[in-house]
Amino acid sequence: MASNAAAAAVVGSPRPLRVRAPVAQGLATMYLGFVVLLPLAALVWRSTRAGGHGFWAAVSAPEAVAALRLTLVAAVIVAAINAVMGTVLAWVLVRDRFVGQGVVNALIDLPFALPTIVAGLTLVALYGPRSPVGVSVAFTRGAVVLALLFVTLPFVVRTVQPTLLELDVEMEEAAASLGAGRLTVFRRIVLPNLVPAILSGVALAYARAIGEFGSVVLITGNLPFKTEVSSVYIYGQIQSGAPGTAAAVSVLLLAISLAVLLLIGAVRRWAWRHGS
Amino acid sequence: MAARYGLRVVGLGYLAVLLVAPVGLVFWRTFEHGFSPAWHAVTTHDARHAFWLTILIALIAVPANTVFGVALALAIVRRRFPGKGLVNAVVDLPLALSPVVVGLALLLLYGRLGWFGPFLERHAIHVVYALPSMILATIFVSLPFVVREVVPVLREIGTEQEQAASTLGASSFQTLVRITLPAIRWAIAYGVVLTTARCLGEFGAVSVVSGHLVGRTETATLYVQDQFEGFDLTGAYAASVLLALIAIGTLVAMNAFRPKEETR
Repeated sequence: MASNAAAAAVVGSPRPLRVRAPVAQGLATMYLGFVVLLPLAALVWRSTRAGGHGFWAAVSAPEAVAALRLTLVAAVIVAAINAVMGTVLAWVLVRDRFVGQGVVNALIDLPFALPTIVAGLTLVALYGPRSPVGVSVAFTRGAVVLALLFVTLPFVVRTVQPTLLELDVEMEEAAASLGAGRLTVFRRIVLPNLVPAILSGVALAYARAIGEFGSVVLITGNLPFKTEVSSVYIYGQIQSGAPGTAAAVSVLLLAISLAVLLLIGAVRRWAWRHGS
Repeated sequence: MAARYGLRVVGLGYLAVLLVAPVGLVFWRTFEHGFSPAWHAVTTHDARHAFWLTILIALIAVPANTVFGVALALAIVRRRFPGKGLVNAVVDLPLALSPVVVGLALLLLYGRLGWFGPFLERHAIHVVYALPSMILATIFVSLPFVVREVVPVLREIGTEQEQAASTLGASSFQTLVRITLPAIRWAIAYGVVLTTARCLGEFGAVSVVSGHLVGRTETATLYVQDQFEGFDLTGAYAASVLLALIAIGTLVAMNAFRPKEETR
């Protein structure tokens, strides 16, 4: 046993090769530190300069609280809609067959590729004050949700799609042959297998939604206490010369994003253990 | 059957209302008076400068993130070193950060009141409200893509071939160029496409650090916002369509690279 394990260790996980000189690895790590960690360290440092009281005063200012509440609530609504519509779209792309399916499949990624300001502009053009179809959501909280739905569209579709592709149709056929109805098969067989993927996609969409900026600035009007999300509030504080306040709210937003990232990791590990 | 058509109608209807109709309308608005007004709108001095600046930034950010992205992926998969878990987590961080927060972090590092501010001011080095900070912001937000694409492929190909090569006397550089890089080339290509799309579309972080100086620090995305807010809708729509066409080109490239990666 022990010698087998030792042999497996030798074969399976060999000593890291000396091929890539440690110099390259050191440079790459330094690059990461210089590009990402150093600015973030400056941000965290600036947010603590006013002390605990100053930090609390900044993040508990009424306008900051209103912006954060709107951001978090809108992101929850967006995540919920994505969970349903993303699953529906993944289903339609995997289980359905129709002309132009390849184009639809490619279109799903468009929000990833399209600049966020362009996404915002297209939404203003159709659903803004000069809407040709007479539907205007401009300057309302609905506009925040709409913009976030646009930019987060791909996440759930792209996490559910591969799972659905791998799912064994025989299980569903067996259930159907035993007399289960279409809905029962979906609820008892398909959905439980998709849940980890849906949750993973939803968490990614949520993390993206709480930091979104470009797509919301044009259509929401950025009205304080009404349609102003946290990233827009931070932007406003920077412009009006209050970097300390902006830094404090940024650190709070950063902490929430990190928590969501950790959650994604936990969901992935959970899904791994309960692998279908 | 009814359920299937129902789902198809709901799914495609959602896509049409949310995505296809708004993007389609902007294309229609841009070309409703013919091609030449749109062409004139994107060839003004300010527009050309904005697009040139966007391309220049991408020309620096994409190669930097490609080279260091591959090096970081190799470090994460092939090597063991203290702090590896941290490196792995930090690589993902830009995906979860608001671009505005990224811009603010750079201001607080290189700005007048930032850590390096006094030093830079003494030596008259302009970072903030100038090209260097815009490049740094773009590199920051587009850093994860090459690493994320290359890491799983490196894990999958294992080290047998590399070991065989080095056993047969190949130098470390030869092994990298002849064995490792060819095996991960499609992953790199896909990562580069994603990185490029992110660089060309970056808005929030660049908006914070650039200062929006028209004809100087205005990129294509900032130009769209400025034209829209200055009531030059033709200019805003035309520049948007150009950016959207680049995005659609990116989609085509993504679809060209992805199948090859899967059938590897």
